[in-house]
Amino acid sequence: MASTELDLPAASRAAPVRWRLPGTGWRLVSPLALLALWQLASSTGLLPERLLAAPSAVAATALDLVSSGTLPEALAVSLGRVAAGFSVGAVAGVGLALVAGLSRAGEYAVDPPMQMLRALPLFGLIPLFILWFGIGETPKVTLLALGVAFPLYLNTFAGIRGVDAKLAEVAEVLRLSRGELIRHVVLPGALPQVLVGLRQSLGVGWLVLIVAEQVNADSGLGYMINDAREFLRTDVIVVGLLVYCALGLVTDWLVRLLERRALAWRRGLLG
Amino acid sequence: MATRAARLSAEPAAGQAATVRGLTRSFGDRRVLGGIDLDIARGEFVALLGRSGSGKSTLLRVLAGLDREARGEIGVDAAVAVSFQEPRLVPWKRVLANVALGLRGHDPVGRARAALAEVGLTKHLNAWPLTLSGGEAQRVSLARALVREPALLLLDEPFGALDALTRISMHRLVLDLWERHRPGILLVTHDVDEALLLADRVLVLDEGRIAHESAVPLARPRHRDHHDLVALRAGLLRRLGVDPEETA
Repeated sequence: MASTELDLPAASRAAPVRWRLPGTGWRLVSPLALLALWQLASSTGLLPERLLAAPSAVAATALDLVSSGTLPEALAVSLGRVAAGFSVGAVAGVGLALVAGLSRAGEYAVDPPMQMLRALPLFGLIPLFILWFGIGETPKVTLLALGVAFPLYLNTFAGIRGVDAKLAEVAEVLRLSRGELIRHVVLPGALPQVLVGLRQSLGVGWLVLIVAEQVNADSGLGYMINDAREFLRTDVIVVGLLVYCALGLVTDWLVRLLERRALAWRRGLLG
Repeated sequence: MATRAARLSAEPAAGQAATVRGLTRSFGDRRVLGGIDLDIARGEFVALLGRSGSGKSTLLRVLAGLDREARGEIGVDAAVAVSFQEPRLVPWKRVLANVALGLRGHDPVGRARAALAEVGLTKHLNAWPLTLSGGEAQRVSLARALVREPALLLLDEPFGALDALTRISMHRLVLDLWERHRPGILLVTHDVDEALLLADRVLVLDEGRIAHESAVPLARPRHRDHHDLVALRAGLLRRLGVDPEETA
């Protein structure tokens, strides 16, 4: 069966992850079945390679791309972009949410412009960014930072404002300073919502990366995919897409891991 | 000694844990507290009875410094601690950290540990609050209040949500802790028996005023069937607008 001999990046990255989580192995069954169907369709000629390469061909290409260094290089470039954009966006999103969440004045100053900017179509900004920043790394990283900042801002702000007022009273009765209140009550109380925001923003981040890399890039995963299109290499395109998938899965898993550790106090979360 | 809360606040009179004169509190047009005079001596156990809506929780919140809109002369010892009806433990802090939270001075963790030992929770130091039973959580809340060595301990219906058996053991625990540490206590409750079993003095709050006051000059532990208590209970129930014959 193709599904067992395949060494798709998605599978190889996701599998050890899931095996560590008891009971989630069942979740692999239907994706593997779909993969088998796909292989079957390709082998019988139902699905021409011009439209979509067979899983086995994709796997072989993936190995080639890895051993030739093409994929690792492209991956490194893309990861660098995401890391830069995510860092800037996360610091901005969480920082602004702290300003808005921890005081009324901050809310009035920060929240209205954030709500207005949020309404802007992110990808509609690309032409402006190209005019402002050219076609180098800056517009890509800026777009990423913006995409990441909003989900984190909204969720962190909501999380801070959603902290139980009764616990704030406890803090007052226990004579906590404002700093202690924020550190011991407000931030940990907002954390579950912040982590929801983190997952959303990572999802948006990968999406923005893909779009930004399609626009104009001379390196990275997006470039690898675009280049493959010129030569009708659907196998390379699929490898690129699977790498994007795997990256999304890995970061999502990392956040979930973080959630399980940071939110261990929530009874029932650990199952 | 710093003062807490309200307008025109002052320190409590000498020997008192709290001194309140002419306390009023309105929410919009509704006057919830209409001129309260109240003294709680150091080491005195006072119970405050009242039907729901009588303003008893409002009074406790004023004394706790959680209500800054109240008016009147309000003197409360700076060392005031509160235990609420819901234990209000910080769910993301383990039991020991909850008790040590905000604790100043020498060895906060050691003192928190000792306080938890006093309420019999040595085994649960590292438990998450959400894994505790109602009685256990309430004991943590008591330990968190007591570890601050309060001159005034405010208890806002702390046993209201507990089952009857747990409540009995909590009554013993509170008496035990009170006898050992001797804080002034204001226990807000709607349970007449609870007030009579525990307090030196029982106040009845009605329509924002202290409508009645009974001393309970009986040695502890008290038995609810003691004939003096039976007579006091009947009187208090009548004050609360309940026919004692019907509840018997």
